[in-house]
Amino acid sequence: MSASLKRIIKSGWLGFRRNSGLSLATVFIMVMAISLVTSLFLLQKTSNYLVSSLSEKVDMAVYFGEEPTTDEIDIIQKELKGLPEIKSLQYISKEEALAKFIARHQGEQVIMESLQEVGGNPLLASLNIKAFEATQYANISSFLDSASFKNLISKVDYSEKKPAIDKMFSLTSTISNTGIVLSIILAVVAILIAFNTVRIAIYNSRDEIETMRLVGASNWFIRGPFLVQGMIGGLLAVLITFFAFGIALWFLSPKIDLVIPGLHLSSYFFGSFFMVIVLQLAAGLGLGACASWLAIRKYLKV
Amino acid sequence: MISFRNITKVYQAGAKPIVALSNVCFDIQPQEFVSIVGRSGAGKTTLLKLFLAEEKPTAGSIFFEKKDVHQIKSHLLPNFRRDIGVVFQDYKLLPSKTTYENIAYVLEVMGASDVDIKNDVARVLELVGLSNRAQNFPEELSGGERQRAAIARALVHQPKVILADEPTGNLDPYCTKDIIRLLTKINEMGTTVILATHDQYIINSLVRRVITLEEGKVIRDEERGRFTL
Repeated sequence: MSASLKRIIKSGWLGFRRNSGLSLATVFIMVMAISLVTSLFLLQKTSNYLVSSLSEKVDMAVYFGEEPTTDEIDIIQKELKGLPEIKSLQYISKEEALAKFIARHQGEQVIMESLQEVGGNPLLASLNIKAFEATQYANISSFLDSASFKNLISKVDYSEKKPAIDKMFSLTSTISNTGIVLSIILAVVAILIAFNTVRIAIYNSRDEIETMRLVGASNWFIRGPFLVQGMIGGLLAVLITFFAFGIALWFLSPKIDLVIPGLHLSSYFFGSFFMVIVLQLAAGLGLGACASWLAIRKYLKV
Repeated sequence: MISFRNITKVYQAGAKPIVALSNVCFDIQPQEFVSIVGRSGAGKTTLLKLFLAEEKPTAGSIFFEKKDVHQIKSHLLPNFRRDIGVVFQDYKLLPSKTTYENIAYVLEVMGASDVDIKNDVARVLELVGLSNRAQNFPEELSGGERQRAAIARALVHQPKVILADEPTGNLDPYCTKDIIRLLTKINEMGTTVILATHDQYIINSLVRRVITLEEGKVIRDEERGRFTL
């Protein structure tokens, strides 16, 4: 058995080496296919990052007419924390609001003079609310309309932010849906192209396969070298793709970070080394072996 | 050893059936040299394909050593085919393998040891006069050399029967003589040879058993036959 396996592997390797033109064409197509799968992996990361960073920017604020007492704040926070939609709450007192305002407009003389003219602290105490998802702000707003502490609320800025929130929601779901559809289409295209390339390669060998059958080769002895060839092609394609992506990301990542700060694609790529390799090997070896297996089946019928 | 029993083969080409073989019956004994002759389309190749279980007969049976060839389970067919060596008109050498590797392939599929493969391949290369061409690829060989390589491949595992389907069809008269001399030598060493041909010169020079086919039927079966189409 081990002698046969050795012969099958050797025969597969010789076939790959001696049909170098066709082998390289197959490897090239597989590099394209694996690159697509790897790109989808990175695209998914990018779109997730974009969606989450956009969602992070959305919040709503509840402003209080009179500054609530510490007990009232505790009650309000306790009630709101009972809502499953709430991700975080941050109470900002009148003094904190003023300090932040001053810090933000430090160098703007007109604003600072206006503030002095108004006198005292014109800002309201508020509660910043972050939900887990942009769609949940409508529910929170409805809850506030009927909350026990409603009399303390001066205004909720949800209605002002609603168009922006809706737009954000529509944008995030568009990015997410487009990503999924694009992933599926590209993955199918990549698989079909790689599959057909291997099929053509085996179709070219159909006469050889017939001869092998007629001289008494078992199906495994015929199929084995083709599977090995497919897998060698897949492995080579994985190595090429991995290094190509590694080098490209190494150089491009700083530029990408300028456009999308905090994304760090290269760290993600190398940080997920194991997952990337598994993904690429699954794509490369799987494609090579499956395509060879299916393509050769037709010619092995006795 | 080999029995063709009422073999009929009909191909369906559109609405009109084509009868390739009709009720063919004959036996072949061990170590015989039998030539099957007939014009193109007489059914010679079909007969060999049926014997190799490449195709199934429409009716009738073929027995090899008392086993019905077409009742052999598909996973056991390779074992059956290892008892037969085949020489094709178009050689059918594996283009990506050297002469040595083409011949060794048959022994490899049978699971022979590396040492046996080395010795046996060297022996048959010597027999067919191709020792100096062992490392050449088929495309680097002449027609005659390719056919000798194909014969070496058919012979290397010492099969019980050699089927040669128009083995000299693509060769000049000098190479034809060589190939026939080789097949005769193989037969004298104890291997049954079945030769399908329409070459008058070969048949008349062999003076062996000749089965003549015409329109799919056996019209003559002579012990020391001559070409009389």
